Amino acid sequence: MHELSIAQSIIEIAEAEARKESSRCIQTIKIRLGEFTTVVREALEFAFEVARRDTLAETARLEIESVPMLLRCVVCGPVTDPVRELCLICSQCGLPLEVVSGEELQVEYIELKSEAERM
Amino acid sequence: MDRVSVQTNALKANQEIATENRRLFAGEGTVVINLMSAPGAGKTTLLEATIRELRGRYRLAVIEGDLQTALDSRRIQALGTRCHQITTGTVCHLDARMVARALAEFPVHGLDLIVIENVGNLICPASYDLGESLRVVICSAAEGVEKPKKYPVMFHKADVVLLNKTDLATASGVDLRDLETNVREVNPKATVFAVSCKTGAGLDVWVAWLRDVIESCGTVASART
Repeated sequence: MHELSIAQSIIEIAEAEARKESSRCIQTIKIRLGEFTTVVREALEFAFEVARRDTLAETARLEIESVPMLLRCVVCGPVTDPVRELCLICSQCGLPLEVVSGEELQVEYIELKSEAERM
Repeated sequence: MDRVSVQTNALKANQEIATENRRLFAGEGTVVINLMSAPGAGKTTLLEATIRELRGRYRLAVIEGDLQTALDSRRIQALGTRCHQITTGTVCHLDARMVARALAEFPVHGLDLIVIENVGNLICPASYDLGESLRVVICSAAEGVEKPKKYPVMFHKADVVLLNKTDLATASGVDLRDLETNVREVNPKATVFAVSCKTGAGLDVWVAWLRDVIESCGTVASART
């Protein structure tokens, strides 16, 4: 259940940014989560509910954008066919495929409530 | 409402400490292996077999990660090799900070090789860089042929994959060629060795490869005879 420590890291990053903006209330945390990671979306959502307590993200919403796995061959170019059982070998030329996207675990942006909105 | 762009990897804090660890190891000319597998695939047994071949020739140390107990540490220390135990409690993986803390109380000055034996788990440890120079993943034949496909991130990120317990392949109904194909499909760039720590088959090839890595890393020890 490493999603809990990842949720804590996400909140720490968001809190640091919020403090820079002198905000005390994070409304949204937007992340990009690749398909080819070890992080399970539902487990991360659950872990976030637990980890946000007593933080600046106490009432924040976690918005997760799933990033599909895209592959590319240095010779033959982008792979457009569905990948059969995660075979990362180019079906045309036999070279190893590169993972272009799908490994993301990235905090994109946060949305902060202004002091006026908190009143 | 204000939107603030962040664009930061969620594991940035771990990555920063891993970079520090890596800098420390590089400064010492030490090869550092992050050894990972499912529980029971044979990490500690492989480590014992490897230590028997390398001790006396190189300066070695081991950092053991387990949820509980110092059983594995005692096995390593029984070979006369320095070993530090990290007990993670409930945490299912080692992270760079745990290794940095271990290094603070377990001096690694002048070593040729450090092996960090991670918590037995094919999922979470894959996400945490410890500052290692090599990721070595063990898959035992007794686990069946499909593990590399079921845990692709772990196998994809490996530099070396050791297929262990080859002596059990027939009894487990496993064709080692199928297992190797599955490894190569998720990681065409991996260096793959087939070994049996029980019979010793294939260990010479792995140890010779590892010796080349240690030698090419530089400042090999005065302990060498």
